[in-house]
Amino acid sequence: MRITCPHCGERDRREFYYKGAALDRPAEDAEPEAWHAYVNLRENPAGPLAELWYHEMGCGSWLTVMRNTATHEILDVRLASDAEPGAASGGKP
Amino acid sequence: MRFSGWRVLKEGLTGNKGWGPHWRDPEPKREYDVVIIGGGGHGLATAYYLAAEHGITNIAVLEKGYLGGGNVGRNTTIVRANYYLPGNSEFYSHSLRLWESLEQELNYNAMMSQRGILNLYHNDGQRDAAVRRGNSIINQGDDAELLDRDGVRKLAPYLNFDNNRFPIMGALMQRRAGTARHDAVAWGFARGADMRGVDLIQKCEVTGIDVEGGKVTGVQTARGPIRAKKVALAAAGRSSQVAAMAGLTLPIESHVLQAFVTEGVKPLIDQVITFAEGHLYISQSDKGGLVFGSYLDFYASYAARGNLPMVEHTMETCVAMVPAVSKARLLRSWGGIMDMTPDGSPIIDHSPIDGLYLNCGWCYGGFKATPGSGNAYAHLIATDRPHGAARKFKLDRFRSGHGLMDEEGTGAQHNLH
Repeated sequence: MRITCPHCGERDRREFYYKGAALDRPAEDAEPEAWHAYVNLRENPAGPLAELWYHEMGCGSWLTVMRNTATHEILDVRLASDAEPGAASGGKP
Repeated sequence: MRFSGWRVLKEGLTGNKGWGPHWRDPEPKREYDVVIIGGGGHGLATAYYLAAEHGITNIAVLEKGYLGGGNVGRNTTIVRANYYLPGNSEFYSHSLRLWESLEQELNYNAMMSQRGILNLYHNDGQRDAAVRRGNSIINQGDDAELLDRDGVRKLAPYLNFDNNRFPIMGALMQRRAGTARHDAVAWGFARGADMRGVDLIQKCEVTGIDVEGGKVTGVQTARGPIRAKKVALAAAGRSSQVAAMAGLTLPIESHVLQAFVTEGVKPLIDQVITFAEGHLYISQSDKGGLVFGSYLDFYASYAARGNLPMVEHTMETCVAMVPAVSKARLLRSWGGIMDMTPDGSPIIDHSPIDGLYLNCGWCYGGFKATPGSGNAYAHLIATDRPHGAARKFKLDRFRSGHGLMDEEGTGAQHNLH
């Protein structure tokens, strides 16, 4: 599995740290239920999923990666800072 | 049909013409008391214990593929009860006791082999942790033994004792641990359940779960609708998809865990050996293949195969610990899909829907848990009360934060398990 970093180009999976589904962080005063959903619950689809990967051994950018969990195919990579809020809620009810 | 030495001898002398199928292939009925979704080790064990211990026999086990075609046939076959934390400790203890009498109870050869497990330690800190865990295991009523370097050398002289980074100082040993033939465990439970009247229905994918007024009423399947008073999930690896049919979102992320086997070699590894620093577990099958594995690939996956970085890591740790393996050729590798929970421990509990039960989140422990899981799950389904040995496997622990069982101590969040 190789990920094309917008800054560094196509790189080996080993350069990246996996965070998990890219979810929108609840507001600080959100109900405990919203935090429970954010921290624990996952839609966990068998198919395309928006995820956060950290280019730890490269440029140090957080990336939003659209990846198919059934095939490991990488469908889209962009800087997490460029992702629209809410656009990447891949793993979440 | 009972199996015995005499039967094997008689069949051997008469051309093996007397053997029949081990279970029926029934058409699904329109209604059952209990429908179990998933014909793997846990689902089949649940059906068996419901019939054998609770007298509930009007049961269907629905399997989308074939019996035992999932993770029960994709693991590294290790059986042990050497967990540290309350919750896991008593559960795996219960499970190991069931393993010890399983073959007699099922009249089925599961090739249960209590060959012992050695958890190696390589520094003072790991030795302290091994002593503490050993004491906890003994308090639980199971066996644990601390071996020094010479003690390990007597049992496993082929190990690399003088690895520069991780010299072997000793091991925590559990003699009652070992391996079992994974397929035969599924088949043994299947036969035992079938003999007691349970319908094992293969090629019958569940496509929907019917819920009316907060209560489950049945399932939709590829072979038509089936009504049921109780529906029990046992589809680890695909738990999220099955639960979603009932509108539930689980605290589970699916990950791929790879396993490897070499070509058959002469007897070399008598026990199960685990290498804590690089994380490796290895044993030798009765066919002679060295069976081993390491970490998860550490990204969400439903592909029953992993990536090369973890293959490389596993080979490196394997050769670092058992240098002789470098001469063996790798025969096969494969991946199993794990239900990973945030704390790395399982769930056997009611769901928020009346009559719908959850058995999921088996993380790394699914195979060794098989009889314990089936036994405890059957108890929950039959009595609506949790089994004593599995009472801490609560779904709600993630919401409340109380009773989390983070055995590795890495933190109870998704990307750390």
